[in-house]
Amino acid sequence: MLRRLRENKSAQGTLLIVPTLIFMIGMLIIPLMLTLVVSFGHPDANGGVIYTFSLDNYIRLLGYSTDCPIGVSTCFNSVYLEILWRSLVLGFNTTVLDILLAYPLAYFIARIHPKWRNTFLFLVLVPMWTNFVIRVYAWMMILRQQGVINSLLGWFAGLVHVPFTPLSMLYTPGAVLVGMVYEFLPFMILPIYTSLEKIDNPLYEAAADLGASPFRTFLRVTLPLSMPGMVAGTILVFVPVMGTFIVSDLLGGAQVILVGNLIQRQFLDARDPTFGSAASLVMMAMTIIATYFYTRKFGFSEELVV
Amino acid sequence: MSEFAIELRDVVKKFVTPEGNELAAVNHVTMQIKNGEFFSMLGSSGCGKTTTLRMIAGFEWPTEGEVYIEGDAQGHKPPFLRPVNTVFQSYALFQHMTVFQNVAFGLEMEGVPMEDMKKRVGESLEMVRLTGMDRRYPKQLSGGQQQRVALARSLVKRPKVLLLDEPLGALDMKLRKEMQLELKSLQKEVGITFIYVTHDQGEALTMSDRIAVMSLGKVLQIGPVVEIYERPANRFVADFIGESNFLDGKVKSVKEGQAVVYVPDWGQELTGIVTSMVKVGDDVAVSIRPEKIRLSNGSAPNAITLDGTVVDSTYIGSDTHLYLDVRGQRMKVWEQNRISTLDPRAYYQNGQKVHLSLMPENTLVLPKD
Amino acid sequence: MNPHRRSPWIIAATLLTFFFLYAPIVVLIFFSFNASRISPLFTGFITRFGPFQLVNGNVVQSPCGPFHWFCDLSKNTEVLSAGRNTLIVAFTATIVSTIIGTMAALALQRYNFRLRTFSQISLYIPIVIPEIVMGIGILVLFSQLFTVLNSALHLTGDAQLTFGLGTVILAHISFMIPFVALVVQARLQGLDKSFEEAAMDLGANEWTTFRRVTFPMIVPGVLSGALLAFTLSIDDFIITFFTNGPGSTTLPIYVYGLLRRVITPQLNALSTVWILIVLIVVFFIQRVESHQA
Repeated sequence: MLRRLRENKSAQGTLLIVPTLIFMIGMLIIPLMLTLVVSFGHPDANGGVIYTFSLDNYIRLLGYSTDCPIGVSTCFNSVYLEILWRSLVLGFNTTVLDILLAYPLAYFIARIHPKWRNTFLFLVLVPMWTNFVIRVYAWMMILRQQGVINSLLGWFAGLVHVPFTPLSMLYTPGAVLVGMVYEFLPFMILPIYTSLEKIDNPLYEAAADLGASPFRTFLRVTLPLSMPGMVAGTILVFVPVMGTFIVSDLLGGAQVILVGNLIQRQFLDARDPTFGSAASLVMMAMTIIATYFYTRKFGFSEELVV
Repeated sequence: MSEFAIELRDVVKKFVTPEGNELAAVNHVTMQIKNGEFFSMLGSSGCGKTTTLRMIAGFEWPTEGEVYIEGDAQGHKPPFLRPVNTVFQSYALFQHMTVFQNVAFGLEMEGVPMEDMKKRVGESLEMVRLTGMDRRYPKQLSGGQQQRVALARSLVKRPKVLLLDEPLGALDMKLRKEMQLELKSLQKEVGITFIYVTHDQGEALTMSDRIAVMSLGKVLQIGPVVEIYERPANRFVADFIGESNFLDGKVKSVKEGQAVVYVPDWGQELTGIVTSMVKVGDDVAVSIRPEKIRLSNGSAPNAITLDGTVVDSTYIGSDTHLYLDVRGQRMKVWEQNRISTLDPRAYYQNGQKVHLSLMPENTLVLPKD
Repeated sequence: MNPHRRSPWIIAATLLTFFFLYAPIVVLIFFSFNASRISPLFTGFITRFGPFQLVNGNVVQSPCGPFHWFCDLSKNTEVLSAGRNTLIVAFTATIVSTIIGTMAALALQRYNFRLRTFSQISLYIPIVIPEIVMGIGILVLFSQLFTVLNSALHLTGDAQLTFGLGTVILAHISFMIPFVALVVQARLQGLDKSFEEAAMDLGANEWTTFRRVTFPMIVPGVLSGALLAFTLSIDDFIITFFTNGPGSTTLPIYVYGLLRRVITPQLNALSTVWILIVLIVVFFIQRVESHQA
């Protein structure tokens, strides 16, 4: 038997992959399919599911609801589309801001003497290793009415004898944006660093030799070569931003509702797993489509393996 | 017991390309390798020589045909059950083990007791002149030293056949030439069969007893070194090994191993030696090696004399390489610089008129493929 | 010579970004010594050692002195049990997912089999979809499963299958396997096949080759993957949120719950302790790595 196994390389490979398949199929593929099935159902009184085939949840997401002003049977309620749009915009803004913040830092580390690089990389990673929720809490402390920023501003205003009313920064879309940008910044720094680090010195020397100014070298050599890193970073930032609900929950309160919050609420408060499933699948579809087109345009690479 | 160390009978190896096509990397190859000889497989990349070697070692199994080691069919036997050992192109030394552990690895697999192991590893390292290096790690060694560790690691197992896959590729020129001679003398000393794969024809000619010239999965010619060089089977082999002048011709007559060929470019008939089957009316390539052409007036009775003009010349120290125009055809002539002189007239000027002398015994008539 | 490196703009931007990265952390640590019990305003350090004394909402004296909140923390049983749960989940899930993930990486890199493409794709999915999708998927699966099994096997009360450490661990393993596989695969890709061929050529069979040659050469990658998995597990919120039950609270979940109810400097103390532990662990890993190199 062992002899047969030895000769059959294909069987050996299959054997090794079996545990993985059990988990991937059982905990990923089947749940996804089940989510799809549930999304076609209706909620029952206990927060369970009545299995049926109905597109009600999707129609509701798109805005056609039966919850209308008196006298109108169906009307357009754009609230869910707004939520989806708001999430997309936030994802986009976060990504752009993260790129702007991450790039100079990544560039700096990629160009300093190799013996310092690891040290700086660790410095970048340390905040990432503190807990996600704790980092959000830190921003709560900073942005509150009586938080760090307001206290400092108040103290400074007192010095110059200017009247000061504390800024209301928490529970605003701005706070959520700051929180998201902060949370995912390291995920943008590392891939960009990886692709910048691969650019050898001879490339810069060659560009200079051929007459390119520092600015043009950046534009025509550095930037294009760091594209794979930016693509990887975008995926690593955009996808989680779409799905996170803690940041908007803690920093945005009830004012800023994103898709993640919507889904979470359906499962916890509203006890409507069918609608939550539908929203979740729509969001997943949006993320996959966005990622697909993005990588088609800009290329997929191993910078993802940081 | 077979008279041959290795035998391949009609071996075919097919691969599926990423596009989905089937490619025959080795296409009906038959060869016999004798005990104790230094045998080389020579060809450019993709000719199938490495794949053939790997099938002997057991890293690939033939799609059709059979590999025999000492008369035993190998079938689907894995490498660790075959009495052959391989020296890899990249050396493949185990980075996490010392030199001693690397060389001893094969003996460990055989269950050789510690005392014997130490003795044999010592002998092996001595044979490759690396005594005293046993505590070092591979990355502390130079390329040449790593190569010798790889050699020692295989030889310590006393295999019947040693397979070498372009082992000298990563070394610089001088070291390579040294190692070529060392490998050759090592083989004579140890007395086992060496099968050597290379794309460097100079290397193959220096070291081998016999050579198999391969292209596109097929064996074009197998034979002793002299035979390959002086009697190539076809135009490809003549072109691949050494340098050659080629002229197109049509066979007018064939008699007793010689053929008369009409060369339209010169409007002239030439006589030459036939190496493979040709018949009257065939289109052939006439091949004359540059070192075999005399530049002189007086000549033997059956020589053909032609006039030519020097177009270019290169002095390379031991020889002068001349590029001539002979009746509209470019000809290369290598002349040994027998006399030491600084007189420029001895080294040919561009435009100079010369006479060439072609002897039939130095002229080859070869099939085009 | 690279003209950009010394540019003052780059250096300024870099410093700014570093400041941005570390400011919140510094704030956290600083406030874990805050005298004020309720207000987020910093009212000073607790300077006096002695029995606990509260004045106008400020702690002016404490048996632990400035470390008052840390002492408070250590008496907080909920935190301790959450911490314990976090570690149990992380260790268990890391060990299992590292083994399974390494096997998967070997299968995908070294072998060709019919389910290869399917497996590779299914390993990429958890990385490119938002965690919440996987979280609620598993939630839906388990809740339906439990409903069916509980009634089919007539289980009631405490014997009922329900969400807890088991579900959390299973969920963690599932999302950790792709990361381990990815890291080990990358390591294997860089590994020349000729080492394994050399070992087999010298007489080692498949298992011995793996044990003596392949595995030692991928160990750094496997450890990397395990470390990554461990970090992901400890830090995980979303998937844990949807798969846990009473008694299986992990630290991130606990902190989140606390944040929605009451904010106390204990949280800062917890944050400081966490950061300290991370720094110590990282320091040791650095030492080990440079030792190995």
